[in-house]
Amino acid sequence: MANLLSWGRYPRQPQQPHAVNWSEDVPATLSAIAALKQGATLAFGCGRSYGDSCLAESNHVLATSGMNRLLAADWETGIITAEAGLTLSELTRIALPHGWFLSVTPGTQFVTLGGAVANDVHGKNHHVMGTFGCHVSHLTMIRSDEGLVECSPVQRPELFAATVGGLGLTGIILTVTLQLRRVESNEIDQRSIRFDNLDEFFALSKSHDVAHEYTVAWVDCLAKGKNAGRGHFICGNHAPNGQLKPIAPTGLAVPVDLPFSLVNPLSLGLFNTFYYHRQLHKDVASRVNYSSFFYPLDGLRQWNRIYGQAGFQQYQCVIPEQHGADVIRDIMNTIANSGSGSFLAVLKQCGKIPSIGLLSFPLHGVSLALDFPQRDALNIRLFNKLDALVHEAGGRLYPAKDAHISSIHFKQAYPDWSKVEALRDPQLQSQFWKRVTQ
Amino acid sequence: MKQNIIIIGATSAIAEAVARRYAESGAQLFLVARNNDKLQLIANDLKIRGASAVQTWVMDANDNEAILPMLDAAWNAFNSYDVALIAHGTLPDQARTETDMIYALDQFCTNGDSVIACLTGLAMRFEPQGKGVIAVISSVAGDRGRASNALYGAAKAAINTYASGLRVRLFKSGVHVLLIKPGFVATPMTAKLDLPARLTVTADKVATDIQKAINKRKNVLYTPWFWQWIMLIIRTIPEFLFKKMKL
Ligand SMILES: Cc1cc2nc3c(=O)[nH]c(=O)nc-3n(C[C@H](O)[C@H](O)[C@H](O)COP(=O)(O)OP(=O)(O)OC[C@H]3O[C@@H](n4cnc5c(N)ncnc54)[C@H](O)[C@@H]3O)c2cc1C
Ligand SMILES: NC(=O)c1ccc[n+]([C@@H]2O[C@H](COP(=O)([O-])OP(=O)(O)OC[C@H]3O[C@@H](n4cnc5c(N)ncnc54)[C@H](OP(=O)(O)O)[C@@H]3O)[C@@H](O)[C@H]2O)c1
Repeated sequence: MANLLSWGRYPRQPQQPHAVNWSEDVPATLSAIAALKQGATLAFGCGRSYGDSCLAESNHVLATSGMNRLLAADWETGIITAEAGLTLSELTRIALPHGWFLSVTPGTQFVTLGGAVANDVHGKNHHVMGTFGCHVSHLTMIRSDEGLVECSPVQRPELFAATVGGLGLTGIILTVTLQLRRVESNEIDQRSIRFDNLDEFFALSKSHDVAHEYTVAWVDCLAKGKNAGRGHFICGNHAPNGQLKPIAPTGLAVPVDLPFSLVNPLSLGLFNTFYYHRQLHKDVASRVNYSSFFYPLDGLRQWNRIYGQAGFQQYQCVIPEQHGADVIRDIMNTIANSGSGSFLAVLKQCGKIPSIGLLSFPLHGVSLALDFPQRDALNIRLFNKLDALVHEAGGRLYPAKDAHISSIHFKQAYPDWSKVEALRDPQLQSQFWKRVTQ
Repeated sequence: MKQNIIIIGATSAIAEAVARRYAESGAQLFLVARNNDKLQLIANDLKIRGASAVQTWVMDANDNEAILPMLDAAWNAFNSYDVALIAHGTLPDQARTETDMIYALDQFCTNGDSVIACLTGLAMRFEPQGKGVIAVISSVAGDRGRASNALYGAAKAAINTYASGLRVRLFKSGVHVLLIKPGFVATPMTAKLDLPARLTVTADKVATDIQKAINKRKNVLYTPWFWQWIMLIIRTIPEFLFKKMKL
């Protein structure tokens, strides 16, 4: 197997995969990596995390994607148990014809169940469904010190809480039991509403979050002055009475590593302006398939390669509700003035449903996510400013996307980090965790 | 159309990928392998993916006397088969085969003799049916002996020749024999090798090709397709040059 990188391809630390196709191979593989004496290891799913949270201390990882079998599926109740390497894409393909869909899905379907649990991922329906972990009822794992262990909200709840959103540190997850949600079709009734500034976004968010399960907004981060904060608000609900056919992922891919980045101020300005003007009317209703609604970026495989050799970082923060509007505005201004930043920022109102996960990212408030081509000095300067704003507002950054947060900021934002550290499997350690806790 | 399929070496990653494709179209499967835990995991998974029935049978492929009872059980379970796939195999430690004769012959048995035994048994069952496809996984390694995998290649070459003869023999009866020659596939067998990423494909890709080749009743399948041309070149290199090359 070829060496692996994280999605942002920064920091560029190739991971040597040790494939595990069977649960029964996990202990031996852990021992084999330990025998290399290069440090602790980590599970690696699809590598859709951007920064260094999916990179192992030893640069040797257990690649779990071959562990992808279903163990049980009850099509009456929508409860399924599957091995942790199964992708959301496969699960959807199998469950949809039975009238079931993921309760929570992130913006890509190429993630594994193990990865979705370890980052306690959230989707466009956070305000109604909470995080992925809210729908997980049972986990089995292998720990190097205990062997096979099971946990759930009632069985060893402290281990469960440390594992949901636990960044893969508390054990190798073997199986996940989760609740799916009923759907009647493979389509979404979508509304796309153009807005001219952030005030409009917040107003739209308030009025549409009640009537729509899914809401998200794309904002042009390069626009300044009177155009600042312009974007599209997209909301939707599962459409009733339709076909239950899964949509096959497209085959288009960026075939090679580009030697340079296609992402530059000119291409970005054009793209963002074009995107803003893509619809003639302010408010457009349409019916779209679930794949184009949830996974627009999956249409081009390995799109991360367009950033060239240097890679890129995603900055994702969440700001608590009471400061939301003001701080998001400050952050957007800071980014626009820096002239950095790329494509579109994603804004999402997160809801009040708490997660059991000790390190779960979402807070009741507003989340903003944006990609930055990797340019060392520039990113450091800008991120320092943004971090200060986030920190002061009591917000936090998403470890799944992070490659820069300071230990001080991390520990303050996630005070329960020490409980996870106490339950960490001694043979598991990520570069992220080492960086922020030591 | 609901198909019946029997797979020997059903816990192989390539075989599992093939089995999933048949399961999704509602096939009935009879799975044979030596590890019962793995077999049960796969059987469960295939049922959830849509197989209308799955039966399992534990057998070590080197146990020649177990083959006929296994076939009896298979034809009792589902009374005719559209497809058989033989997939089991090992990748011997070539260096060890060069000094340890017992090991070498043992490995030859697993990759050569036992496959020929299964082909023979399956032919006995398929011929009276007068229909169906017997597919067997060989390897591009069987196309020419190389220093790095001479023993594995020789066992695969034996299968190639046997399958070709069997194809001719069964032609009149309406039974077809497909010989499958994969190149580099990322599976547990190759997990420890440093395969060239650009030439290595997933078991799923190979499975797609295999299913198509079965449907089209192809004689020989190189998968992915470009291996046909790579092997053509390798086969045409004159021996006096080939023996000096490090391939
Ligand atoms: C285009 C795109 C859109 C995205 N949108 C969203 C979004 O909307 N919301 C969101 O929350 N996230 C989003 N993400 C991030 C992504 O959902 C998470 O990073 C997810 O965890 C990736 O899963 P993975 O299988 O690729 O895991 P990896 O990235 O390979 O690993 C992530 C973590 O999971 C751990 N892990 C994986 N498998 C196991 C296992 N079996 N046992 C124990 N630990 C394990 C790893 O050790 C690591 O710590 C997005 C990413 C991309 C590329
Ligand atoms: N991967 C490649 O690059 C590649 C290339 C060319 C050809 N091939 C061929 O493809 C076939 C499938 O291999 P794979 O790549 O899918 O590897 P794999 O997953 O390792 O499968 C090999 C299978 O053979 C089984 N097996 C070995 N000895 C056995 C025995 N004595 N009795 C019963 N079963 C036995 C193993 O069973 P256990 O699980 O019990 O060990 C395993 O399931 C093999 O014939 C291989 O030679 C593979």
